[in-house]
Amino acid sequence: MERKVVRLPGLSRIAVCGGTHGNELSGVYLVRELLKVEKKPGEEDELASVLMVLSNPRAVQQCRRYTETDLNRCFTHATLSGPLSDRTPYEIIRSRELNSLLGPKGSSEAVDLVCDLHNTTANMGLCLIAYSDCDWICLHIFRYLQRQMPDIPVRYIHFNLPPKEAYSLESVGKHGFAIEIGPQPHGVVRSNIYTMMKAGVQHMKDWVRLFNSGTIFEEGCVEVYTMVKNVDYPRDCDTHNITAAIHPQLQDRDFCLLHPNDPLFQTFSGDTLRYKGTEPLYPFFINECAYYEKGIALSLARKRCVDIPPLQVQTEAERQESERGFVSEEE
Amino acid sequence: MEHVSFPALSRFAICGGTHGNEMSGVHLVQEMQKQKIDKVGSVSITTVISNPRATEACRRYTETDLNRCFTEAILSAPITDNTPYEVRRAQELNAKLGPRGSQEAMDLVCDLHNTTANMGLCLISWTVDWISLHIYKYIQRKISSAPVRLILLDLPPSKSYSQDSLGKHGFSIEIGPQPHGVVRADIFNLMKEAVDQTIDWVQSFNSGDTFEGGEVEAFIHEKSIDYPRGPETHEITATVHPQLQDNDFSLLQPGDPIFLSFSGETIKYQGKELHPYFVNECAYYEKKIAFHLARKVTVTIPSISVQRERGAADIMDEQKIKLG
Repeated sequence: MERKVVRLPGLSRIAVCGGTHGNELSGVYLVRELLKVEKKPGEEDELASVLMVLSNPRAVQQCRRYTETDLNRCFTHATLSGPLSDRTPYEIIRSRELNSLLGPKGSSEAVDLVCDLHNTTANMGLCLIAYSDCDWICLHIFRYLQRQMPDIPVRYIHFNLPPKEAYSLESVGKHGFAIEIGPQPHGVVRSNIYTMMKAGVQHMKDWVRLFNSGTIFEEGCVEVYTMVKNVDYPRDCDTHNITAAIHPQLQDRDFCLLHPNDPLFQTFSGDTLRYKGTEPLYPFFINECAYYEKGIALSLARKRCVDIPPLQVQTEAERQESERGFVSEEE
Repeated sequence: MEHVSFPALSRFAICGGTHGNEMSGVHLVQEMQKQKIDKVGSVSITTVISNPRATEACRRYTETDLNRCFTEAILSAPITDNTPYEVRRAQELNAKLGPRGSQEAMDLVCDLHNTTANMGLCLISWTVDWISLHIYKYIQRKISSAPVRLILLDLPPSKSYSQDSLGKHGFSIEIGPQPHGVVRADIFNLMKEAVDQTIDWVQSFNSGDTFEGGEVEAFIHEKSIDYPRGPETHEITATVHPQLQDNDFSLLQPGDPIFLSFSGETIKYQGKELHPYFVNECAYYEKKIAFHLARKVTVTIPSISVQRERGAADIMDEQKIKLG
């Protein structure tokens, strides 16, 4: 099938963010390392400026996910525009700062691309997580990463939320995605995971350079996992404590199809609890440490193939034309 | 080696949540409490969540590491308004499970821990104690689903600092790899099996069985190695090298890679041939430990059995000897 080339504006400003969760260490150390390297002269990129951000410095300093509230849930339109008081949690104040720095979300001043770095205790390999399944920039970067990193599992997870409801940092940019890599315990930096993160970010920057300099990225088909629902642990009615762990046959099997009646949990007294859904779905974020308090033992997704069109950067003339259109929309 | 006998181990304490985010022990103890397990045969069992505040918050500790608070100095320190929670708690636990060194102390204390290091199942004993070493020998024979090893800290009694030193006998069970704050079913099952086998052994011992002597392999702690750190920030500048990561207990030789810096340089090991363990343990970054090093030894252990109860005839014999 031959589709018409989609032309999109160049990505002149991109942001790479680490430490959005202060104990997800690959991103923390990678951002620090890239900031160190940046100080050397002669390594500038004329085609794009790259902003390196340590998103939650207080949490990073304490090596905790957050200090008062999860920063990566503070980027909904409501939270970004609500009133502030002297009791406003640190992370909400910080989300406003980040919105000024990288956004404002939804405006023409926002950076072109936000790449937010995360780790998970789940066995997920490398995942790109985005709110759209039709953002051709994100999907082409995904396909490029898959091809450049053939030895590791690279997947695309889509959370189907409209921009106003999108709650995480990458929704602040005109385009954005999180790079999520696991398994790694929080508070630990594993060399292989750090190297994977470093390579992923480098390939992303390479793609941006290629895109900005006029490369045509051919059409194709990519597999996308769209989030359907979350499943919580069984809990004690009184204490609300969990009464079971992820079953050994499900543990570490992220993205392996879960069928109705497959084992899901093993209670601490030794019984097996099974998946009661009627539709086979793909599990991910299986046994993510930070999700116990959010009531999520695992998430479930549907998989489908998404056709992506050929993509090329707009010419200068096309860009100015579309910008005029954008401005009049804003007005 | 001459046969050794010990008094019966009738009071056994099982402790979880000494570090509040090491989840196997937390859930195992909570499950035992739910099932109201307080006696198995001849053994009375006391289950304890050692650090309830840290367990509630799912953190290693709230103010200071509880499992470093069982030193003589800290256990006898006066309590003031500024005393950290964990110090107060250590003194409470010493009263409940000890007092250390007294007749009232628990016969056996087993403290349950997890590590992010790939250590399989380890028994950690602060001293060379035949009871602990025999339990290790027994567990190693019974459990085949994971490697089972013994780590000896070889501390003099005045230097012991951990909870398991409160009892007349004691050791820790350390199982990894598991991220802190996470409970893996396979690791939980392994912890449960180790505790069940320990209880079985204690029952056998109390019932009069003789446990044959022999040789056991052990790792004796020698020293620790920190991460390379930046001169000003003291932040780590490298992480455990991929060739060392997950290879706890393999022999480390001079010239072997141990760290890979964030900028890509390899740092090599200089020193005696030793065995690394606690490789990349999360909680040890702040203690300035990237890994521990141990030498491997063979320890000869005697056969042991329970002491016969002193009957009336024995007491009369002893009186005669005294008077004579």
